[in-house]
Amino acid sequence: MSENQPPVTIIEAGQSVRHYWRDLWRYRELLFFLCWRDILVRYKQTVLGIAWSILKPFLTMVVFTLIFSRLAKLPAGNVPYPVMVFAALLPWQFIATAFTEAGMSLTGNANLISKVYFPRMIIPASTILVSLVDLLLASIVLLGLMFWYDFLPDWRLAALPLFMLLAAASALAAGLWVAALNVRFRDVANVIPFVIQFSLFASPVGFRSEVVPEHLRILFSLNPLVGVIDGFRWALLRGSAPLYWPALLYSVLLVSVLLLAGIRYFRITEKRFADII
Amino acid sequence: MDPVISVENLSKQYVIGHRQGEQGGSLRELISAGAGRFARRLFNPLAHRSSERTTELFHALHGVSFQVAQGERIGIIGRNGAGKSTLLKLLSRITEPSGGRIAIRGRVSSLLEVGTGFHPELTGRENIYLNGAILGMSRAEIRRKFDAIVDFAEIDRFLDTPVKRYSSGMYVRLAFAVAAHLEPEILIVDEVLAVGDAQFQKKCFGKMEEIGQEGRTVLFVSHNMTAIRSLCSRALLLHQGALVLDDDVATAIDGYLGGSCEQVHRLEWSEGAAAPQNSSALLRRIAACDRNGVLLETITTDTELQIEIVFAVKSAGASIGLTLIVHDTDNSCVFSSINNSEPNWYGAPMPVGTYRSVCIIPGRLLNNRRYTVTVNLFGKSFTDLVTVREALRLEVLDGVAVRRDYFGEYGGYLRPDLEWSTARV
Repeated sequence: MSENQPPVTIIEAGQSVRHYWRDLWRYRELLFFLCWRDILVRYKQTVLGIAWSILKPFLTMVVFTLIFSRLAKLPAGNVPYPVMVFAALLPWQFIATAFTEAGMSLTGNANLISKVYFPRMIIPASTILVSLVDLLLASIVLLGLMFWYDFLPDWRLAALPLFMLLAAASALAAGLWVAALNVRFRDVANVIPFVIQFSLFASPVGFRSEVVPEHLRILFSLNPLVGVIDGFRWALLRGSAPLYWPALLYSVLLVSVLLLAGIRYFRITEKRFADII
Repeated sequence: MDPVISVENLSKQYVIGHRQGEQGGSLRELISAGAGRFARRLFNPLAHRSSERTTELFHALHGVSFQVAQGERIGIIGRNGAGKSTLLKLLSRITEPSGGRIAIRGRVSSLLEVGTGFHPELTGRENIYLNGAILGMSRAEIRRKFDAIVDFAEIDRFLDTPVKRYSSGMYVRLAFAVAAHLEPEILIVDEVLAVGDAQFQKKCFGKMEEIGQEGRTVLFVSHNMTAIRSLCSRALLLHQGALVLDDDVATAIDGYLGGSCEQVHRLEWSEGAAAPQNSSALLRRIAACDRNGVLLETITTDTELQIEIVFAVKSAGASIGLTLIVHDTDNSCVFSSINNSEPNWYGAPMPVGTYRSVCIIPGRLLNNRRYTVTVNLFGKSFTDLVTVREALRLEVLDGVAVRRDYFGEYGGYLRPDLEWSTARV
């Protein structure tokens, strides 16, 4: 593309925007700016500021440890219970907040959508990025715990980025769906908290997957989060939670299908967002 | 030379009506609407389908075609609801057209609102970056122009204050300053000069002229004919979603000011017809005229209006009272007037015959908006009321006498030309 031949944009009814991915790339800075805005805004006028990002998961971990290990006396194997819980809390919290925030993101940015053009996918994507930053900050707590209990990860840690990718993909897949649906049906916003609550009990966060009886294991693994969370535990806890391959493969497959379909649905509906939001 | 913007047969429809199956509504509404249809068919199987409430299409824009050459400055004018904003939204890709085609060569920036994406919790500095990014600037570009933006907005002392603590003037200045430093090939602007104080508006206006002179293509929507006239060379006149005039700016503005649609400047009742009446008198005619009694075609904020009320007295000795009530289109009363200052016949018994009363609404009083005029006629000793609601519908267009060097919007129901003076004490 030379200087005197600027790009031509064609706008037609029913045509999906050409060069969508090129546009997405052109607006990549906006992605970071929106992410930056959300992080900045969250801690304005707070005394503790960014420390909340570490404090919140830490407090959740304390509650979980008290309830599941002390009161319910669930076994943790040879792993210190707080470490075991926290290794699962990281991905679960990430997916839960990313999913919630992404779901509300389009309606929360309605003024942008009705007044400026940019690929709308940037909005839910930026909320995923925000949650990713939270995840990284919360990892500091895990690191502290591991030093405290002298339980450091081994070579399996190298696989963690892959599981992070899987977690991010599942958050984005679910997020795109609920975000787009919520533009048309605000009912979705009311459903999200229940899904989150339910998924906490249906996922191996406060307990180990091995606790689930063998004949129910397949049923249990229908929840795609099981594969993600067990993967995190396997990578972080020296493999003390063995990988359950059927669950993991199923997770990868389901997330890929949901993500591709989600992108498709999002792109079909996004052209009308400004009309119905 | 090839056009930079080429629009062919563009149209946009919205679905309106109660059954919003296509457009929205909550899931429950959708389901219950479906169940309702099912139940109706169940209990009344012979009913024709068309008896159901069908979705109604609203044509916000239809069959619009035009071309814009490189460096042209084009005004888009028309009344509220004519489709101006829809056209801008389609051109800036915020929503997709229902039909037709647009081809745009070059980078487009659209400014449909000042300060889109400003976050009240963030500081001025942070908002410059955020807003710049939202409008399509890169971080490097914003950093390069940062000082110029702060300079233009005149807010350097408050750069690190959250904008929620800004005065509305400061807020608007900052927002416009960011937008003014965009450097797109094509700029689309919707009514943004209508902000800030007069001095800042002048500055914005200068900036807009500068942008135009740099050879950028500008599309500019405004209700302000003075601004359109001085910024644009060509104008498109939209009416009810159609492009009715595409011509040089003077011709298009004349078309806009002259086209008196849905206005009622005269109401007349022919002899013997069911004219509004009571036992004392009946109304013949209500009209908006000029000083010479000639019916007005166009009313601007400068125009002196004579509201003429012609009535016939039926019973001798009746004393007739008249009042005039001017409403805004949102039905709030703007002012009312009683004819008790009338020197000749007020309170006096009137012989049978036809009379013409005139109420003068001076120029430089009304604002540029729509008004309705309601006329009341009273019979014997101010009882026996006859009301003609919304007898006249007037659209007052923007004039220049009061506005002088100000380009923005005037708030309020009226735009009186009040006297100002300043003296050193």
